[in-house]
Amino acid sequence: MNYFFNKNGPLISTYLIISIGFWLIFLIIIPQLYMFDLSFRPNIPTLLRGGPDDVYTLVHYKHFLFGSETSGERYNYVDVRVFLDTILTAILITLINLCFCYPIAFYIAKVASAKTARLLIVSLIIPFWINELLRSFALRILFAGEGFINNVLIKMGVIDTGINFIAMDVALYTGLNYAYILLMIFPLYNAIETLDKNQLEAAEDLGSSMIRTHLRIVIPHAKAGIASGCTMVFMLTAGALATPVVLSSPNTFWFTQLIYQWFNMNDNWPRGAAYSVVLLTVSVVFVLLMMKIFKVKIGEIVR
Amino acid sequence: MSADVELQKVSVSFGNFYAAKNVSVKIEKGEFFSFLGPSGCGKTTLLRAISGFAEPSDGKILIGGQDMAGIGPNKRPTSLIFQNLALFPLMSVADNIAFSLEVRGTGKVQRRNRADELLELVALSGQGNKKVHELSGGQKQRVAIARALAIEPAVLLLDEPLSALDLKLRQKMRTELREIQKRVGITFIYITHDQGEALTMSDRIAVMNEGELEQVGSGHNVYEAPHTPFVASFVGENNAFYGTVISTNGDMVRVSSQGKDFLAKAGDLKDGKKHTFQKRDKVIMFVRPESIFLKDQINQADNIFSAIFKTIEFEGNLKNIYLSIDGVQDVRCSISNAVETATLSTSESIELKFSSRDAVVLPVGPLAVD
Repeated sequence: MNYFFNKNGPLISTYLIISIGFWLIFLIIIPQLYMFDLSFRPNIPTLLRGGPDDVYTLVHYKHFLFGSETSGERYNYVDVRVFLDTILTAILITLINLCFCYPIAFYIAKVASAKTARLLIVSLIIPFWINELLRSFALRILFAGEGFINNVLIKMGVIDTGINFIAMDVALYTGLNYAYILLMIFPLYNAIETLDKNQLEAAEDLGSSMIRTHLRIVIPHAKAGIASGCTMVFMLTAGALATPVVLSSPNTFWFTQLIYQWFNMNDNWPRGAAYSVVLLTVSVVFVLLMMKIFKVKIGEIVR
Repeated sequence: MSADVELQKVSVSFGNFYAAKNVSVKIEKGEFFSFLGPSGCGKTTLLRAISGFAEPSDGKILIGGQDMAGIGPNKRPTSLIFQNLALFPLMSVADNIAFSLEVRGTGKVQRRNRADELLELVALSGQGNKKVHELSGGQKQRVAIARALAIEPAVLLLDEPLSALDLKLRQKMRTELREIQKRVGITFIYITHDQGEALTMSDRIAVMNEGELEQVGSGHNVYEAPHTPFVASFVGENNAFYGTVISTNGDMVRVSSQGKDFLAKAGDLKDGKKHTFQKRDKVIMFVRPESIFLKDQINQADNIFSAIFKTIEFEGNLKNIYLSIDGVQDVRCSISNAVETATLSTSESIELKFSSRDAVVLPVGPLAVD
């Protein structure tokens, strides 16, 4: 501590301690602990809080798994299905995202000239200057029944009547894929960029096909970037709210929409907190799984 | 199987810039052939064209008589060793070496056997399971060689692979490379800017400048009978005396330089003939520092002149004496460390000698800049 103060001077040291402390305590530790604590409390009016009825309970977690006591079902099929659907879809979208972004990242990092690479990066970034909600609405316009895509397809004579992309969730998956594309491309790009170009040429010179070069040289080199991109895209996709609200079909429900309902519409904060904790737990498990699969350390992922 | 490599009027251009211009040379089967030149002379581009990473914009490259146009690097009977070696850091040494076999679908056991065989060839037996980063610089070098040899290429291409090593190791690796080349008997094409490497290892050397071949010949030939002022000044050290021709007598030329007369032999031309000179032609006379002696060192020499002593430099086995004629013409003279020089003092006029057989006269042309 003394060393720290001597090194940075009293003013900067105090500033660093206060800002980092505020960030850590007020923005991370307290909200998380509060949510965690809240998820084990009954949903009772403010007046009764701290009273005899305010005891720790697993009722909200029970509700997530088994539904309300009045329902005849054995399990809470609706919520659990929404949850599993969300997780599986998020995994699928992460994989599609990876397959889609890897070639782009590789092209920018190793194939394109410096000028083309700059141009591509800029054209990737510019659409993201617009708010996520607006981007989702733009996609909705593109995919709508009377939307741009349908109109073009009809004019070209490919189809006779408009396809309902929204109901088929094509719009949702496209939107979710597009929403976090940068968070996949940049870690991949950063990782691939550090690969020595001679490695690629050496592999080619030794007779390797393009696919094998990627499997044996590029992907092992870029695995930290892949793990990093996948965890970020997965967590943000599973936790997305705006895109599903705007683009999902009436009968598709995203888990975050459930959480939103508990908090805002049903005014049941403890239940919303419990559902959030479930989602958070799965996200953490996913990160640990990625680290295990790719054999990377947490430090490499966040890099 | 070794193969010869023939370049027929090969040019490689990038836009308007010609990295290699009209290069024609035939490299014999089993030869250790070096391209020697300063950085940016186009030697690496030429090597990339032979390996298939660059396409000639003009001309043909034949390997074993077969035109290589349109054949990719992975289909050519060549193996390239990169300047930075480009070993795969995430694979073991054995996996690195056997990568070309893995690509061809060879079984695991066979791959391992071949890797062990090659490790023995490069004196690294038992190191197959190590990671690349666990090896020293010289060992990495050998792994790169083993990896390149694994598919038994007909031609091995080496792009300054020794440049990252320190002096002692570099000298050791020179000898080793030469030995490996003799053992495997395939054609080696070696790129370097280090004339010492080229001279010690090569059967023949091609000296390159600005994309063109200046001279192709044995080390002796290139060193002792340079065809151009560039070769004379780039390969080894040389004193360049600018002057004019006074008279010629057969192959011998009398040159006036700095108000002194010198006798020297006319330099060779590409076709083996000698340069011919007319009276008053502008020429450069080249004399190697080691061919210039202090007056007392030798008795017979047909050129004697005096110069002002400036300074002396100790290089271990040699001493370099720097002198000047009239403050205009610098002269450098290298003598054995055994010769006594303690009596020399600054600004003293010293008499020097050299034999006309050791001096070469060439028409005026660009020198290598150092």
